[in-house]
Amino acid sequence: MTPLKITAAELARLHAHVVEGYPYEVVGILAGDRACMRVVRVHPLVNERADSPRNRYRVSGLLLMRAEQTLGEEGLEVVGYYHSHPDHPAMYSDHDREHALPNMSYVIASVRDGSVVDTRCWRLREDRSVMDAQPFQPFQPAQPNQPTQTVQPIQEGAP
Amino acid sequence: MSTPITIPTALRAYTGGEATVHVDGDTVTDALDSLTTRYDGLARHLRDDAGRLRSFVNVYLGDEDIRFLSDGAQTRLKPGDALVIVPSIAGGVA
Repeated sequence: MTPLKITAAELARLHAHVVEGYPYEVVGILAGDRACMRVVRVHPLVNERADSPRNRYRVSGLLLMRAEQTLGEEGLEVVGYYHSHPDHPAMYSDHDREHALPNMSYVIASVRDGSVVDTRCWRLREDRSVMDAQPFQPFQPAQPNQPTQTVQPIQEGAP
Repeated sequence: MSTPITIPTALRAYTGGEATVHVDGDTVTDALDSLTTRYDGLARHLRDDAGRLRSFVNVYLGDEDIRFLSDGAQTRLKPGDALVIVPSIAGGVA
């Protein structure tokens, strides 16, 4: 499976968001280039599940669509979404799978005692039966006249 | 009658990359049935095993979520109507 790449700076922003939100679940969009599976922007969203924010997240369709349109105006495509699992592993849950969209990458960050302990990425299998681990690696954006260089992978996360 | 349906990015792989497709049908349900018949890969992602729209799949007729229309998915379509499929995102720890 093609790895999901995310700039090191945006991965740091993602981790800062999930830590800031702890002990509640937070959620956001991973935006960039879908064809290259490359994320260059994390876009935090508001978790609407005020009734159960420690173990659920939801973002309504219209809010999501507006956010995606705004990103699109900047030339950014939706590559996937991220959310946190406070005090739980970075494994997808049945609830995650049942609500997942195909052809999207889902990054899950496990946060324990206010610190990120694991970050993994998943994609829904075509028959919706499982989510497969997607290799996940940060990269440093290319400087002018320099090739892109990958840096140390985090986790490839096998179930 | 032909009605345009806007397909979300995640599902365009099933419509050959088309963002909007035109389907036949007198009601919203008919139009969705035409859509999933023509693009059968879409069905499992739009509907559950009982044939109901999945909870995260929202269908708008103009500016209205069909769940809030008096006739729901049986609402009759008129010339000039347009449908939009708008998924929400949800999940979380089991």
